[in-house]
Amino acid sequence: MLKKGQFKNAVKMNNIEKYFGHTAALKGVNFEVEVNEIVGLIGDNGAGKSTLIKIITGVFPPTKGELYIRDKKVSLKDYNVKQAYKLGIEAVYQDKSLGEKQDLWRNFFIGRQITNRLGFIRVHEEKEIAQKIMFDMIGFRGVGISAESKANKLSGGERQGIAIGRAMYFDAELIILDEPTSALSLKEVQKVLNFVRKIKESGRACIYISHILSDVYEVSDKFIILDRGEVVTTIKKSEVTLKKLSEFMLKYAHAK
Amino acid sequence: MKHLKVSIAKLVKIEGLTIIGVFIALMILFIMTAPRVFTGYRIYMSFLQTVPPLLILALGLTFVITAGEMDLSFSAIIAFSGFIFCYIFRTFGTPWLAFILALSSGALVGLINGWMVAKVGIPSIMATLAAQFFWNGLTILLSGGLSWNIKEIRPYFIHTLFVGRIGGIVPAQSLWGVGVAVFLWFILNRHTFGEHILFIGDNVDVARVMGVNVTATKIKLFVFMGVISAFAGILLTLEMINFWTTQGAGLLLPTIAAVFIGGTSLAGGYGTVIGSFFGAYIVGSLEAGVVASGIGGYWTRLVTGLVMAASVSLNIILSREKGKGLKERIKESVFIKNL
Repeated sequence: MLKKGQFKNAVKMNNIEKYFGHTAALKGVNFEVEVNEIVGLIGDNGAGKSTLIKIITGVFPPTKGELYIRDKKVSLKDYNVKQAYKLGIEAVYQDKSLGEKQDLWRNFFIGRQITNRLGFIRVHEEKEIAQKIMFDMIGFRGVGISAESKANKLSGGERQGIAIGRAMYFDAELIILDEPTSALSLKEVQKVLNFVRKIKESGRACIYISHILSDVYEVSDKFIILDRGEVVTTIKKSEVTLKKLSEFMLKYAHAK
Repeated sequence: MKHLKVSIAKLVKIEGLTIIGVFIALMILFIMTAPRVFTGYRIYMSFLQTVPPLLILALGLTFVITAGEMDLSFSAIIAFSGFIFCYIFRTFGTPWLAFILALSSGALVGLINGWMVAKVGIPSIMATLAAQFFWNGLTILLSGGLSWNIKEIRPYFIHTLFVGRIGGIVPAQSLWGVGVAVFLWFILNRHTFGEHILFIGDNVDVARVMGVNVTATKIKLFVFMGVISAFAGILLTLEMINFWTTQGAGLLLPTIAAVFIGGTSLAGGYGTVIGSFFGAYIVGSLEAGVVASGIGGYWTRLVTGLVMAASVSLNIILSREKGKGLKERIKESVFIKNL
């Protein structure tokens, strides 16, 4: 695996197609995310945003096409969530990031527990690290939440904080945020946007998906607009104002 | 009053405490209503002899229900594995081969269950109900509907090991029950398999996107339940030194009752091994207790129903969370999700 500085793109898609039965979700998608680039992925409902990121995170394979991670072509046959973890890809989903009834330390390590050879979890170690992430990385100091709290005790913003902190701890090269703010209050949205800025500051790349254009505009370096399974345009932030971007989006909303 | 409330909330967090309380209250009640029976040791020895198969089934079913699934086929596995055990023992005279093949027969039934649920996508309650009829039917066909006696197994070590009397008094199967419970507590709460079960029951989508292999884990779960059921079947067969075609039928509903009395959530995502342990002993001691109390055996089922309703209600009321109404809590604890 190439180390930082040795590759140009965190992820690149070449002609990716995805069919569910006879329905095309993605029709020949090309796009790339450079190192330390924040990409706003926008598109109406059903444009294929979720399908696209689930291919990157290894939840399911594409029907056709090529996927490059850190400039290296991925064998789609063997690619899965665990492989994506190893390649430094982490995702934070709107409502699928945490097990509600489970302790936070379990939520940090689910899917890649610290275990002994027999598969028994090193609970103390996991709790300690979880507590550290919460204190140092996401600043949950003195808010009455510990690593042993259940996820359902947290507010929506705190949940996203946990999920983003988890992604940062595992040293992700690329963090994907799928509608992270849609269920949040205004104040909490700001928290999440701050997390995104932290991702940028720490030299990581990010794909940010949201319906709220002003949020996307604020944090992104580049925008990719997806419509009915196709990338219709890619624009740098310097080439477009928020107003123009909104007008552009409306055009595609009307096209339906 | 506020202090009291806080400490109650803390106490309830200790796993299974509510149900241990119910168990102790029940025992005290029996000692008061039937002192002659319940102050002697014999009645307790008889519980330690009869409850373990029910207990071990309840422990296995705890995992299945925690995963948000259901298994109704274990009563058929009890009969099927009991038959395999007797058949192999009588044909070859080798108890350990019989033991291993009986466990394997449970694993096979579980594998088919798991395949139907995880691969084909049949809801587990339907798949395992079909399995219950099928394997029970097959057992009746193979055994010719007869019961088989295996009293020749008494002198063998396997009989002493699993159902002997320690010090001439304590039934060995009761220690096996405790051992299995301790082991499974660690599997559910400290092993990756248990954690995957918890997350699958909590939210299967979260489990999937976080890298849990849901299909493989569910298949493992049903194989595990099959092996556990077969082990319970072997204990039952050894204790009775007899196999009969309906030997698991009477255990189906009491096992499910034991798990729910223990406090495991039908909604999935939470399960308590300690709760199921005491749940099983409560269900298993009710009949003897009711009869000994002198109100008559006809009352057993009615009392079981009452105890189950009371335990489940108590669990819900005591799990009081700030700002949550009773309705919400009921919904959270009994809302059927994956059935």
